[in-house]
Amino acid sequence: MSAADHRADLIVIGGGIHGCSAALHAALRGMSVIVLEKDTVGRHASGVNAGGVRRLGRHYAEVPLSQRSMEIWYGIADFLDDDCGFQVAPQIKVAETEEELAQLAARRDELNDMGFTHEVLLDRAEVRAHLPAVADHVVGGLACLDDGFAQPYQTTFAFQRKAESLGVRFHEHTRANAVRKEGGDWLVEADAQRFSAPRLLNAAGAWAGDLAAALNEPAPVEAIAPMMIVTSRLPHFCDAVVGATGRPLSFKQMPNGTVVLGGGRRGRADRATNLSEMTFPELMLTAQTAIDIFPAMRDATIVRSWSGVEGRMPDDIPVIGPSARHDNLYHAFGFSAHGFQLGPGVGEIMGNLIATGATNAPLQPFSIARFSDAPQP
Amino acid sequence: MKSCDIAVIGAGPAGLAAATRAADLGYDTVLLDEQPSPGGQIYRAVETADHARTEVMGADYARGRAIVDAFRASGAAYMDGALVWNISTDRVIDFSRGGASSQLSAKRIIVATGAVERPWPLPGWTLPGVTTAGALQILMKASGIVQEDAVLAGSGPLLWLVAAQLVDAGAPPRAVVETTPRAHYRAALAQLPAALRAPGYLAKGWRMMRKVKRAGVRHFAGAENIAIEGADAASAIRFTAKGASERIEASSIALHQGVVPNQQITRLLRCDHAWDAAQQCFRPVTDEDGQSSVQEVYVAGDGAGIGGALSAALHGEITALAIAARDGRGDPARLKSLRAERARDAAVRPFLETLYAPAPHVTAPADDTIVCRCEEVTAGAIREAVNLGAPGPNQVKSFLRAGMGPCQGRVCGPVVSAIIAERRGETPGATGYYRIRPPLKPIPLSELAQFTIPDAPEDR
Ligand SMILES: Cc1cc2nc3c(=O)[nH]c(=O)nc-3n(C[C@H](O)[C@H](O)[C@H](O)COP(=O)(O)OP(=O)(O)OC[C@H]3O[C@@H](n4cnc5c(N)ncnc54)[C@H](O)[C@@H]3O)c2cc1C
Repeated sequence: MSAADHRADLIVIGGGIHGCSAALHAALRGMSVIVLEKDTVGRHASGVNAGGVRRLGRHYAEVPLSQRSMEIWYGIADFLDDDCGFQVAPQIKVAETEEELAQLAARRDELNDMGFTHEVLLDRAEVRAHLPAVADHVVGGLACLDDGFAQPYQTTFAFQRKAESLGVRFHEHTRANAVRKEGGDWLVEADAQRFSAPRLLNAAGAWAGDLAAALNEPAPVEAIAPMMIVTSRLPHFCDAVVGATGRPLSFKQMPNGTVVLGGGRRGRADRATNLSEMTFPELMLTAQTAIDIFPAMRDATIVRSWSGVEGRMPDDIPVIGPSARHDNLYHAFGFSAHGFQLGPGVGEIMGNLIATGATNAPLQPFSIARFSDAPQP
Repeated sequence: MKSCDIAVIGAGPAGLAAATRAADLGYDTVLLDEQPSPGGQIYRAVETADHARTEVMGADYARGRAIVDAFRASGAAYMDGALVWNISTDRVIDFSRGGASSQLSAKRIIVATGAVERPWPLPGWTLPGVTTAGALQILMKASGIVQEDAVLAGSGPLLWLVAAQLVDAGAPPRAVVETTPRAHYRAALAQLPAALRAPGYLAKGWRMMRKVKRAGVRHFAGAENIAIEGADAASAIRFTAKGASERIEASSIALHQGVVPNQQITRLLRCDHAWDAAQQCFRPVTDEDGQSSVQEVYVAGDGAGIGGALSAALHGEITALAIAARDGRGDPARLKSLRAERARDAAVRPFLETLYAPAPHVTAPADDTIVCRCEEVTAGAIREAVNLGAPGPNQVKSFLRAGMGPCQGRVCGPVVSAIIAERRGETPGATGYYRIRPPLKPIPLSELAQFTIPDAPEDR
């Protein structure tokens, strides 16, 4: 008995920004697509992230992907018929010592050698032109002056709606429980339903490791819970999204005056229960750093916090590309707390790759094969 | 990190009785409370009240003194001025005390955080000069400050109690404007015989009302269409009663619509909650002794469902004894007799709940009335979001920021759920409630910057 309830050219597992974006791009290339989402679209990392549309400071391997994604971001309103709350704003990483500034300069030089000029060095005066409220000890910084931020929920839903308008079928509250090859097609059992398609994309975020393992291609995905805190409203003093070089920080003042603080610190995540929980002592350094870099923060109070479940790889870069084991199986997961900005561009690459079987995007560093020798958790 | 067997949160009658009994049973017990001294809302500052203030507050208030004394004499540790602002699912408590935050790990937690006043959004309720009856009473208890010339508006026993206390303090209110619908009196009549079995309540209520009316305080019954006037501050209250439009000039207006369980901590700990149609509120799902749906988390007193101060003290002790019974200890005979005593005391509840159920207009504010005062979100905006497809309070929160301000939804939460439920044609129980995000109350960023625990991993 192999009759499936639903058939398509491609099944995408995971309704985050990566699943939605790849589905949309595959549909733009004429494919029929089904997206399976165990909860609701955008329920996890893609709907609750900090909305940073950041190229600044990316792993060198990610830079070309991030650049392509940025071009799509600039035209996102026309592409998706929704502005996604996207706004261009500088992203600035400040240097607190001359040594840190030298590190940043070396990075700038290396990027220039690779042919990229989007990251620029700011001296003492220039950093103050962008950040008048920055502390005295800050000596300079590295900036992407035309990065930005967007509304995560709004963006992920906009991808879903656009994909739907092109015929992509979304099945929410539908968990892919078992996957196998049958008669040359992928057969996915999701609760009481069966779906089949010649091609399959694993875009299951923090849960992608379970699927990969079930397909005999294990990858060590760790579920993490990046933590964000929000302050009460403060007088407007900062227009840029700010990070630090030697310490954990991501800092953004919202239009309503509240400040959103994050920066690499993790709470507790549990894939099985969808739970993410704050562990506040971990945020001590983040709070200290924020106050050190913006003395105005000394009087701020914290009114809210949140976090979400995200998938992280041991080397902090995602898995993107074809399976190393099976034909017509593809992966895009493990974005390690910085995959929101990459959503539009990586979806385009995956859509192309799946529709045509080839891509000229430099995906080699992201191959799942890099984990084939590693001990599995 | 410090640890204990039982952490009790809240030093009202339930928490005090629970902590006293738990310590007597040999548990390493810690009681944390935000206030500087034990007593909770009802017995606030009872240890330091002078004779005159105790007279004004009445015999019930004085009874708190015995509960506090027993607690002081017990072996329970007391952390005064300790604001609990987060608890993790593995029962590590983050609290702020004396300007610094630290952690306490508890094997069991008894949540005894009591009740909060039911929110009552109406036109003008956010103006300076508008407060709640509970807040007026806190001023009297904590600082001896008596509000002159207040207008008390709303429904419920506390409205009359505060009015009587103001009379005793020599500052009778300008008026009592009651919203209790006439139909509720008729419906409550059926519950009267049962209520008479609970000793003392009805006679006490009747004495309070008589005192207020004898003092010449104007009384309006069945008031509707209530609105507060004022440009920068309250200047008058308008309403209709018996078909006539009324207007009373007042710069101090205290609103009250009864009390509901404080859900912040039980929601944070992911306890199941159910909609209580009789009390028109959410309450955590518990067994008779206060065990919640979450292992090792108990709820005692009004936080488990409104029962009043006497019941709360009984319930606190019951919870401690029930925990001991689980461990094969305790005093089964006493547990049984306390349960029976609590059931007797609760006999008055169906009468009070029927009589003082909020009038329909209380839980369904008009479209242009602000519901979330922190983010200035109106009832109409919430209804509009539901029309656009927002299925519940958490989506309304993402769309409109309702509940994202400094009060963390404490004030608007129940009304937001009620508005959504009404629009969707379901019960608030089906609609659900805000997901609670710590901190439960704002804490300074500078305090977090000092928040360190000795064995915290430096990096992960
Ligand atoms: C608090 C926080 C802040 C962040 N800030 C930023 C930022 O500022 N900038 C940035 O670029 N990135 C940021 N990120 C990271 C970014 O959000 C993620 O990298 C990105 O959203 C990942 O998208 P995704 O589609 O891979 O995963 P997800 O959004 O997690 O989507 C995967 C989906 O797959 C579903 N799924 C899993 N298993 C199954 C199954 N078996 N069947 C059906 N469905 C399944 C899940 O339910 C989930 O919805 C942040 C993340 C968090 C948590």
